[in-house]
Amino acid sequence: MMETFYIILITILKTALYFGVLMLHVAYATYAERKVIGHIQLRLGPMVVGPHGLLQPIADVIKLIFKEDIIPSNVDKKIFTIAPLISLTAALSTFAVIPVTDKWFIADINVGILYVLGILGVGTYGIIFAGWSSNSKYAFLGGLRSAAQMISYEVALAMSIVGVIIMAESFNLTEIVNRQAQYPLGMFLFPQIIGYFVFIVAMLAETNRVPFDLPEAETELVAGYFVEYSGIRFSLFYLAEYLAMFCMSALATICFWGGWTIPPFLLKIFPFLSIVPGVVWFLLKVYFHMFLFFWFRGTLPRYRYDQLMAIGWKVLIPLALFNIILTSLIKYYS
Amino acid sequence: MKTDTTRELLINMGPQHPATHGVLRLVLEVEGEIIKKCTPYIGYLHRGVEKLAEDLTYVQALPLTDRLDYLSSIINNVGFCLAVEKLMGINVPERAKFIRTMMSEMARICSHLVWIATHALDIGAMTVFLYAMRDREKLLEMFEMVTGARLTVSYPRIGGVRCDINDKFLEELDKFIEEFPSKVEEYETLIDRNRVWLKRTIGVGVITAEEAINWGLTGPTLRGSGVYYDVRKFFPYDAYDKVDFEVPIGKNGDVYDRYKCRMLEFRQSAKIIKQCIEKLPTGPILAEESPRIRMPSSPLKINKEDIQFEIYNDDKNAEDFIKKFTEVYASVEAPRGELGFYIVCDDSAKPYRMRVRAPSFVHAGVLPKLCEGSLIADVIANIGSIDIVLGECDR
Repeated sequence: MMETFYIILITILKTALYFGVLMLHVAYATYAERKVIGHIQLRLGPMVVGPHGLLQPIADVIKLIFKEDIIPSNVDKKIFTIAPLISLTAALSTFAVIPVTDKWFIADINVGILYVLGILGVGTYGIIFAGWSSNSKYAFLGGLRSAAQMISYEVALAMSIVGVIIMAESFNLTEIVNRQAQYPLGMFLFPQIIGYFVFIVAMLAETNRVPFDLPEAETELVAGYFVEYSGIRFSLFYLAEYLAMFCMSALATICFWGGWTIPPFLLKIFPFLSIVPGVVWFLLKVYFHMFLFFWFRGTLPRYRYDQLMAIGWKVLIPLALFNIILTSLIKYYS
Repeated sequence: MKTDTTRELLINMGPQHPATHGVLRLVLEVEGEIIKKCTPYIGYLHRGVEKLAEDLTYVQALPLTDRLDYLSSIINNVGFCLAVEKLMGINVPERAKFIRTMMSEMARICSHLVWIATHALDIGAMTVFLYAMRDREKLLEMFEMVTGARLTVSYPRIGGVRCDINDKFLEELDKFIEEFPSKVEEYETLIDRNRVWLKRTIGVGVITAEEAINWGLTGPTLRGSGVYYDVRKFFPYDAYDKVDFEVPIGKNGDVYDRYKCRMLEFRQSAKIIKQCIEKLPTGPILAEESPRIRMPSSPLKINKEDIQFEIYNDDKNAEDFIKKFTEVYASVEAPRGELGFYIVCDDSAKPYRMRVRAPSFVHAGVLPKLCEGSLIADVIANIGSIDIVLGECDR
């Protein structure tokens, strides 16, 4: 009895710590994005609040929290208020199974990957609800676009990971990382390069980022599904988007980049690197993927709706299927 | 009994939509994402410039023309001045002609820079926006150097230009023109070699040459369809017959060809400016018989007489000038197309009627033709590619 209570307490504490650290990362990811894009665009990015604008995310949070909560007339109030919560909860829940090092995770479940994919799918409901309940045609179109986009790209996303699952012979995220040690560079990146490519493209679409940011296409749909949201409710969507980006980056790191392990060839050249804790490697890899998100946003235009669908169904899914077949054949004959 | 019927979703795009370039309002009837009907509504920026001009003398009406197409105000001024000069039979000195040509091409580059910035932003590539604005800033500073104003300069005068340019300005301009083609290449690296950009523009908003002529399109929008027409070549004004330049034309008449035309025009404009700097003659900058506005010589020593401008010439009567023509039409090649000024003169110092042939107005009319049957995202690409300025459209 006492033991169960003890486990629950530890889990709650762990979750709280994880949550706090994660939120800090999200806050500074917004800062990083503004800085990266700023420098791509020959600007400085935030510079005013704190040294080099370091306190800007905190100022933003304060501003968003204290803004008036506006609910437009004739909206479906219940769904309108619940939609951002669904998005945020779904995005947050994925982190329950994502291991930061081999010892640091909240839950180590056997079907970790399936859980993450499933929960991410739930996040789509938030967007569809927001678009539907807002009583705005722009939001409505944004919601519809997002529904179609997320459903078609989820297929590609899931299939791109199947190759990894076949190679690792496990759905468990920790197990997947451990299995990568015996491969060149200590990662599935090169045996699964097709899968990785599909994953990166689907990841952009799944998180509604450029060049697939159609649900929130600024210049067409003004802001898309959250056009009627402001203040704290808007910031919940914003949070959910960044959390999803982190989740996708973490997933890419775990499935293709060897998670928290050090690439063996690096260790051979610089043996002293073994004292660097795994969490640092993990974060480096995650932030590399986050940088990809920012980089794409700084350089790429936006696809059109029909082109997006064509890429999803005609390019990514066949590629992913081909990858699955190829991986299975190699696995079977070796 | 109530029967359920389905109908198209009506979307009101504008007048405060971020991508309708000002206050254009489009009412779209969409079925899913496909546009069934597109109706443009204009007039949200109507200031009655044409009517206001009837109550002002020719010299006074000049600053009004700045506010038509505020992105290339000098070209509007030149257009108006050309019309009045034609009316009064004023011969512009050579130096003034070259300065006007040079400044017009600077304004064209300025305007095209705003176009590429917003067009790329509309399609989603936001980095080009800041690159283009960076270069536009340099041009605006050069305008400020000569005219004291950055956007609405009112620099040309009837019969010439207001003030002379100096060597420092020419030096800076030369430096800018030297490096400008490489800047254009920089924009092209960002978008022109980008598959997403090509997919979004090629084959979108196609208009054939015949249709384009029938719709009355002019400028790069017409040339994108492969029609060779440019006021600068066909009805040369100022110093355009003394400089050597090409008129780039497209082939398919889609968004990409219109984009390509303008990108090539950047280089031609740079070429024209370069020649103007080389060939710039010396001499007066204002025709002798020109009605002049006496401006305060320095802001510190303003006295009342200086502020109240007066039209003066030999016999102190502006009306004497106006006897050769009763009505006149003069047009210039604005960045958007043929900008025409039609003036009817009733032998007084004020125009009896002034009418502006605004390319944006004509181009706004072709939007339904371009958009119907395509997707919502294409509307944005089309608006960007015909490059309308609502200040000119609504007047």
